[in-house]
Amino acid sequence: MMSQQTCLLQSVNINGREVSFQSFCELSTDIFEKYYFCIMLAELLNSEKSVFYHVGKFVAWHKDIFKRPENWSMYYKEIVRQMYDIGIGSLAIVVIISLFIGAVTAVQFSYQLGGTLIPRYYIGYVVRDMEIIELAATITCLVLAGKVGSNMAAEIGGMRQKEHIDAMEVMGVNTSAYLIMPKLIGAMVVIPILVSVAAIVGISGGYGASMATGALSHAEYVKGLRSFFVPYNVLMMYVKAFVFAYILTSVSCYQGYFVKGGSIELGQASTRAVVFSDILILVADFIIAIVLTV
Amino acid sequence: MIKVQNIHKSFSDLHVLKGIDFEFETGKTNLIIGKSGAGKTVLLKILVGLLTPSEGEIWYDDVDFRSLNRTGLQKLRMDVGMLFQGNALFDSLSIEENIRFPLDMFSKQTLKEKKDRVNYCLERVSLEGINNKFPSEISGGMQKRVGIARAIVLNPKYLFVDEPNSGLDPKTAITIDDLISDITKEFNITTIINTHDMNSVMEIGENICLLDKGRLAWHGTKNEVLDSANDTLSSFIFASPFLQKLRNAAIKK
Repeated sequence: MMSQQTCLLQSVNINGREVSFQSFCELSTDIFEKYYFCIMLAELLNSEKSVFYHVGKFVAWHKDIFKRPENWSMYYKEIVRQMYDIGIGSLAIVVIISLFIGAVTAVQFSYQLGGTLIPRYYIGYVVRDMEIIELAATITCLVLAGKVGSNMAAEIGGMRQKEHIDAMEVMGVNTSAYLIMPKLIGAMVVIPILVSVAAIVGISGGYGASMATGALSHAEYVKGLRSFFVPYNVLMMYVKAFVFAYILTSVSCYQGYFVKGGSIELGQASTRAVVFSDILILVADFIIAIVLTV
Repeated sequence: MIKVQNIHKSFSDLHVLKGIDFEFETGKTNLIIGKSGAGKTVLLKILVGLLTPSEGEIWYDDVDFRSLNRTGLQKLRMDVGMLFQGNALFDSLSIEENIRFPLDMFSKQTLKEKKDRVNYCLERVSLEGINNKFPSEISGGMQKRVGIARAIVLNPKYLFVDEPNSGLDPKTAITIDDLISDITKEFNITTIINTHDMNSVMEIGENICLLDKGRLAWHGTKNEVLDSANDTLSSFIFASPFLQKLRNAAIKK
């Protein structure tokens, strides 16, 4: 009431239509709030801190990664080098971890069966299926995310900081393709092989632990291994291995390729590579489990 | 010849380049000079396409750089060589593999032809016989020369050099300057050097542009530097008390 009395402007002419000043103010405030909300939303989506920004950039980046190589023989050499580094370089840690995971599965399942009427040979069956369906692929790839993923992020990030990537760009090399595609191909060929090794070693670890603790005999364990075998589970293991290999490689390379700043930021990028790869591997594990089993 | 017209570059609220117009001439050593933060490196990175200008045009002879698609850009980049401030030599590759890298990637030559070309380039920078060494096994000055050898291995028409003398002793710096100048004349290429080294300015500055706060403050040749009445140039060139004394003594005489 007060504002109406003191305000000299009683009405506003908009496109020949008289609108009271109060209605005009209410309309303006409404438009301003909506506009402000849109600006805030756009800034949020476009901010480098926004997850949407990184998801969009990550997806768009794939257009460059899968461009036709400038020279196939250079890419081939790089693929072979990556396969060697990832495969041979990670074999020992995969074998050690799988051996103990298999052994612990056997010992703990044997403990859980204590005093029940479930036949002892089920230990062999459970170790085999646990390894094939879940442990070989998931544990191996979580470990590889830590070993291979952080290494890739640090290697590519280091190249970015030492202007190696800029030097290649100036030469006309598509660095997204040359640096990332061989790593993706190498990882997707070698990691399923490492997962197969992990499964075999894990089952062997279960066998060794069962024999060592006297939980069951050789014949019982072998009988368990041969019981209720479903070949489809092996397919599931390889689907997981391929998907996890892709996740850990691409996420780690993304963190390294777009690193900014100095050594602290490089360390943070390397850590993010492992953390995000691990989280995404577990999310993908859940989704694959639902899609392939339900 | 490389020509830039009305080049602007902003990073968020920071306006780094504010309308640069300049022509870098063929067969001459073109120098971009200026204080730290003047926008020299940003301009150089825009020229080679590592950064995109907010506004303006870049012409490589008759080719509009901004109109090129990826294939055209790749073709043009075959004609570009660059020496980075930190050399950017690949640590895991030997000197020969470093220099051969652009040939391996783009050339259809046989291995023997590539090796011959590498040896010629190494000879040109006076570094014969270090083919199998690694970058970590040679000195900073030698790394610069290997960087130059890699930059010229594809016979470029345009050579970009970022701070060629940083971290080098004065004698080695002069050697590098002379080498760049000789190569420019020998192959008739457009060389653009980003530097704040006064020796380079006075030795090889055939076409100099001075940047100050993102603007072109002065341009001319090394012979015009001392006679110029431009305050920005004078304060940049005679920044050290020693040079100021020399200048005053020369004026008194």
